[in-house]
Amino acid sequence: MTLATPDITLDLEGMLCPIPIVKVAKAFKTMDVGAVLQATASDPGVLIDIPAWARTTGNELLSIEREDKIITFQVKKVS
Amino acid sequence: MAQAQTIPTPEEFLSVVQEAAPKKLSMVIFSGDMDKAMAAFIIATGAAASGIQVTMFFTFWGLKLIQDGNRTGSSIFGRAMGVMNRGGIDRVGPSKFNFLGIGRWMFKKMMRSHNVASLPELREMAIDLDVRMIACQMSMDVMEIPRETLIPEAQEVAGVATFIEESQQSQSTLFI
Repeated sequence: MTLATPDITLDLEGMLCPIPIVKVAKAFKTMDVGAVLQATASDPGVLIDIPAWARTTGNELLSIEREDKIITFQVKKVS
Repeated sequence: MAQAQTIPTPEEFLSVVQEAAPKKLSMVIFSGDMDKAMAAFIIATGAAASGIQVTMFFTFWGLKLIQDGNRTGSSIFGRAMGVMNRGGIDRVGPSKFNFLGIGRWMFKKMMRSHNVASLPELREMAIDLDVRMIACQMSMDVMEIPRETLIPEAQEVAGVATFIEESQQSQSTLFI
């Protein structure tokens, strides 16, 4: 289920900790407040880490779900 | 009476204090082992990517991680050390199962096959995320490591007082 139309998409499949977090953080630097990032990843750690990253940075996790081996998530830039 | 209205609520007060004091992490990198360095750089990049200002203070064996790999030492002992403990992030081996470099080769191979970032890549990422890297003056003096043999991104050299100042402003401090 997709909640919002993403402004930016990232392919993080095959990447392990800490690269997904670093790539998301770098993409966020280029985004405007209110913009939504959507990414796919394959490392199961992402399921726990992306919500943690969103809490630490104060951004809003719109959705995160896993289908087979692929995890898709959306994060909205809050500040 | 008008003055009473200017007193901030606890939430306002907290937000002002938090804004005045940015989130910081201080790290002492003492170890020159590949595995410990991996952990250190993963924590540093993860923190930096979470909006935390990170300072890594490299001391003793940890200096190897920010050396460019050139020979060091001026005295006989210093030169011997420069050979036996040659700096450079590519040369560091794991703390266990190194077996004169075979372990290092094996670990590198395994990490590549699992798509884990290599140590040089992790350091590149840390530099890219503006992680502050400080080299310990005293260990550089003792081990006869000139500043010119440090990578250009780690040219800041300082002592314990600088680290303590950073650590005092940090919410957490790690020794690795």
